[in-house]
Amino acid sequence: MASITLRNVVKRYGAGKTVNKVIHDISANITDGEFVVIVGPSGCGKSTLLRMVAGLEEISEGEISIGPRVVNNLEPAERDIAMVFQNYALYPHMSVFDNMAYGLKIAKVPMGEIKTRVDKAAKILEIGSFLTRKPRELSGGQRQRVAMGRAIVRQPQVFLFDEPLSNLDAKLRAQTRLEIQKLHRELGITSLFVTHDQVEAMTLAQRMIVMNAGRMEQFDTPENVYNHPASAFVASFIGSPPMNLLKKGPNAAHGGPPDAILGIRPEHLTLGTDGWPVQVETVELLGAERLVHARLGDELLTIRTDEATPAPPVAGIAHVLPHPGRLHWFDASTGRRLDVT
Amino acid sequence: MIERRPLLNVFSHVVLILGVLVVAFPLYLTFVASTQTSEAIVQTPMPMLPGSHLIENYTAAWNGTGGGSGAKAPVGRMMMVSLISALIISIGKIAISLLSAFAIVYFRFPFRMFFFWAIFVTLMLPVEVRIGPTYKVVSDLGMLNSYAGLTVPLIASATATFLFRQFFLTVPEELVEAARMDGAGPMRFFKDILVPLSKTSIAALFVIQFIYGWNQYLWPLLVTTNEDMYPVVIGIKRMISGGDSDMQWNVVMATAVLAMLPPAIVVMLMQKWFVKGLVDTEK
Repeated sequence: MASITLRNVVKRYGAGKTVNKVIHDISANITDGEFVVIVGPSGCGKSTLLRMVAGLEEISEGEISIGPRVVNNLEPAERDIAMVFQNYALYPHMSVFDNMAYGLKIAKVPMGEIKTRVDKAAKILEIGSFLTRKPRELSGGQRQRVAMGRAIVRQPQVFLFDEPLSNLDAKLRAQTRLEIQKLHRELGITSLFVTHDQVEAMTLAQRMIVMNAGRMEQFDTPENVYNHPASAFVASFIGSPPMNLLKKGPNAAHGGPPDAILGIRPEHLTLGTDGWPVQVETVELLGAERLVHARLGDELLTIRTDEATPAPPVAGIAHVLPHPGRLHWFDASTGRRLDVT
Repeated sequence: MIERRPLLNVFSHVVLILGVLVVAFPLYLTFVASTQTSEAIVQTPMPMLPGSHLIENYTAAWNGTGGGSGAKAPVGRMMMVSLISALIISIGKIAISLLSAFAIVYFRFPFRMFFFWAIFVTLMLPVEVRIGPTYKVVSDLGMLNSYAGLTVPLIASATATFLFRQFFLTVPEELVEAARMDGAGPMRFFKDILVPLSKTSIAALFVIQFIYGWNQYLWPLLVTTNEDMYPVVIGIKRMISGGDSDMQWNVVMATAVLAMLPPAIVVMLMQKWFVKGLVDTEK
């Protein structure tokens, strides 16, 4: 078990005039046994950050420690970590058993001990019945388990997951998500999990790092990220459908600063008889809920209601009322959260 | 493309059968000649059906007791020389190409691309082009009439290096990283992951290079003057002394048939792997 500390970590590619900074000065402290998810749109540097922790990418500036050790100059194998890759990266010519045992064999763990550890991991992951098979004879979900098994048998200080669920179908993904949670509860190993999927992030994380364009926007619990987004980017990235951000909203009526961006989640708006007058454009029924897309002035607004609420007439005028205390304010130029009392 | 047209079927079969006949007829003729007496062969027309001297011709060829005015090295010995050289050439080529492709794909060292292109350019310099200087080097090193002389100049192979390079480039980056996480050093990765993954390509190359080595003619002709070091292909040439005087064509043909057998066996045994190596990547 170990904590992970990032201190002013920077990653640059290239040199001189063509230098390309992809990670901007990130500092974070992940405590022992914590499950932290790094989430962000593609190209935001989340995988690069993980690979720097793994030792697959060099650290241009700053320091990464795992436990008490600074690992900047350690080979991946010396960092006492295990990683699950997006494509699983199983050795195609080795049986499931050999795939899981390979790292231990290199570390010269005695054969008896290897067998015990692999059997134990196979039991946890329910892959005991195909230890002799080759990866190509397994389904995607089974390969995924083997990849996790390979990480578990190492008994590492830290687990790193690089989008391990993105190659699975939706049903399997939900199921594997639950299994990863269960696994973390049982083993209690510090985990870093990279994903672009906000549902995965919200459900798995004890705390989550939201990244955008190489910067850390927010590092907090899922509840806080959802209820108190630190920036307009976080507000629009987390939550589906995303939060409404109005540049010319009725700020004065709700006590907001005059030039600030007003943010309100679609589920925190109610259709009613008074409130903001909006022009209804389209209505979508998604089963249990209904999305009403409307226009307030010239800005789009999405309202989420349950299916029991009658749909407002399309092209007609409706009135929406924001729930009190659910409005967010963001600085129009920096996008940072403004706390208004 | 599958088409069901009877006429096309007949036509393609006719073409195939004609092709087989053209290829197979000389082989058949060789075999027939190897079962006749030398007198029977020189008659016109030559007999077209196998004769009754099969065993004595082959024994004569194998032991080198066939009459005639040409060289009389025993075929057994020559086949051994051919086999050893072909094996050294094919295994040597594969070993060197695997290692050089490994270096070029997985290591960052100064002038990497220069070395790659240097290897690539040697494709334009086959043995025949550089035969003069190569002969000089080999003879100065005292390697005439030795296995080293027969094989070393033929071992370097740009084709095989290039083939392995292309294969290594298709090995997913994540596999390399997974091996790094597992603590496998470069040579460990090479031995445990890359070589096992390349085994179908290795098998295909082995077949091609074995036949290449077995069929070497020009180079062994230069560097072997001693009967003990003749490969079988040269042996056949030396048996034909020139002029028609007393040629034991039956023994020559028996030797030719024997010389064809090992490559044929290699191809047949490795056929499955060979095809797999050319069409299929196991990933």
